[in-house]
Amino acid sequence: MDTATTLRVNAPTLAQRAYNIRRNAIRMGEVQGQGYIAQALDISDVLAVAYFHAMRYRPEDPDWEERDRFLLSNGHYAIALYAALIEAGIIPEAELETYGSDDSRLPMSGMASYTPGMEMSGGSLGLGLSIAVGMGLGLKRKNSSSRVYTLFSDGELDEGSVWEAISSASHYRLDNLIAIVDVNNQQADGPSRQVMGFEPLVARLEAFGWFVQRVDGNDLDAVVAAFDTARTHEAPKPRMIVADTLMGKGVPFLEQREKNHFIRVEPHEWQLALAALDAGRP
Amino acid sequence: MKTMRPAPDLSKPRLTTSAMIASIASEGQRTAPAPFGHALVELARQRADVIGMTADLGKYTDLHIFAKEFPDRHYQMGMAEQLLFGAASGLAAEGFMPFATTYAVFASRRAYDFIHQTIAEEDRNVKIACALPGLTSGYGPSHQAAEDLALFRAMPNMTVIDPCDAHEIAQVVPAIAAHQGPVYMRLLRGQVPLVLDEYDYKFELGKARLLRDGRDVLMISSGLMTMRALEAAAALSDDRVHVAVLHVPTIKPLDTETILREAGRSGRLVVVAENHTVIGGLGEAVAGLLMRSGVHVPFRQIGLPDAFLDAGALPTLHDRYGLSRSEVVRQVKEWLG
Repeated sequence: MDTATTLRVNAPTLAQRAYNIRRNAIRMGEVQGQGYIAQALDISDVLAVAYFHAMRYRPEDPDWEERDRFLLSNGHYAIALYAALIEAGIIPEAELETYGSDDSRLPMSGMASYTPGMEMSGGSLGLGLSIAVGMGLGLKRKNSSSRVYTLFSDGELDEGSVWEAISSASHYRLDNLIAIVDVNNQQADGPSRQVMGFEPLVARLEAFGWFVQRVDGNDLDAVVAAFDTARTHEAPKPRMIVADTLMGKGVPFLEQREKNHFIRVEPHEWQLALAALDAGRP
Repeated sequence: MKTMRPAPDLSKPRLTTSAMIASIASEGQRTAPAPFGHALVELARQRADVIGMTADLGKYTDLHIFAKEFPDRHYQMGMAEQLLFGAASGLAAEGFMPFATTYAVFASRRAYDFIHQTIAEEDRNVKIACALPGLTSGYGPSHQAAEDLALFRAMPNMTVIDPCDAHEIAQVVPAIAAHQGPVYMRLLRGQVPLVLDEYDYKFELGKARLLRDGRDVLMISSGLMTMRALEAAAALSDDRVHVAVLHVPTIKPLDTETILREAGRSGRLVVVAENHTVIGGLGEAVAGLLMRSGVHVPFRQIGLPDAFLDAGALPTLHDRYGLSRSEVVRQVKEWLG
């Protein structure tokens, strides 16, 4: 049964879920005093839709065979995924304060063996789509109705391996694969389009045989519609959601900060960030 | 400015580089065809989880035999080794046991990070089977995997196998399938020499095996160098030099007990022979073990030099780099004085 169908009438809205994910992420950032918080804020809406609208899973059984798989290729986004997994009840909220600490199950870069609900060890960028292809093939072999979701970043489009996987997903008609690329236009050395141009991305992906939708990744309604269409589209093609997002989304002073891959947040600013987020609480 | 090789002396006779798919068997040697491919077919008949995958080298790794028998269990991933191993990890995550094949150079050098992160770090049950190990191609460094054992030895969680012949390869396949976890296995393909069937030999994962005893020299070897060690031992016995041969097909985990027991028998020169650079392979693994264990014996290595190897004909190259039977004999005699 889809998670969405089990939601009670008084269940939190997606906007509230996204707010909670952002809040969890900021609290983890404060614990560590640093982190990829701007990315976590930009992707929270996508994760809210993935975990509270689209995906099938059981919080009490993260390895449930019938679950949809979620592969975090950009391992440094772990802070965002942990925030979502806490909101989903897969990780206890109490562990939030261990983020990035010794012996924590929540390391700075996501690893499969550390965290319930983490399906791969990312961080070395460009791995996720290849694993997703194998999982997609495996699920088809098992006649499973589960889907493979994978999130990766626009910077990963620089990696040749990503395009190897893009070719093969199309070759094998993996219609059970839904990839989301976070286009926040920021990678380690600067704006992604300046580091290595990747546009026109939709046309390129379509030319590789994918069904592609491009949406404002911070517009919840648009993201919901994109996930719905990706799940119901009938063409035997892998599906890509190109999500244009805003770094620091939801915390105005971080949205406006000069964009950095590893954004600097002063110790006193974490509370300011929470306050700013709370000011826009849905 | 780059240094060019001198033009050849056209008046001299010369061997030609053999084709990529040529056998390493010497003329008249007993062989068996495609032992890996046939063993994998046999395994797949017994286990439904076995999958075959390759990166455009099915015919060159004997996987085509499996692909023909089980087309619906075979995935062609194209000439894309990073994808090959990432996808193998994904299939393993879904409960399958992929045997992923390519050349040793591409697995070890091109796809190393993918194997490290998606297979070894995640402890996925992927079996990596790679042709052209060490110096088994005359194409030059692009196809000569002189350092594959060093690279995979250094990778946590990885089991590393260097089988000697067709008899052993056929046994390695079910043995590594019975082992849960990632394995790197060197592959000899095509017409593969048959040697160990004459020694009542059975492969056991993690076990070294003394194939012949001798009081003067202990030769510790893996892969095709065990074949050369046995040939050299036979030749040396004619000169009353008695050579023991300890075959160590599992490079990692090393059978430390057997190696220490044999090396600890006093009075013998210990020679490690491997189809691999002398850096980081079986030789240094054994040397480190002996040093750490306080076993101090005369020690020599037969292996490839720390250099980009020449292109040319394999027999020529094996002579040049000391791997041929005659060169093994010559070196041992020299060391014994």
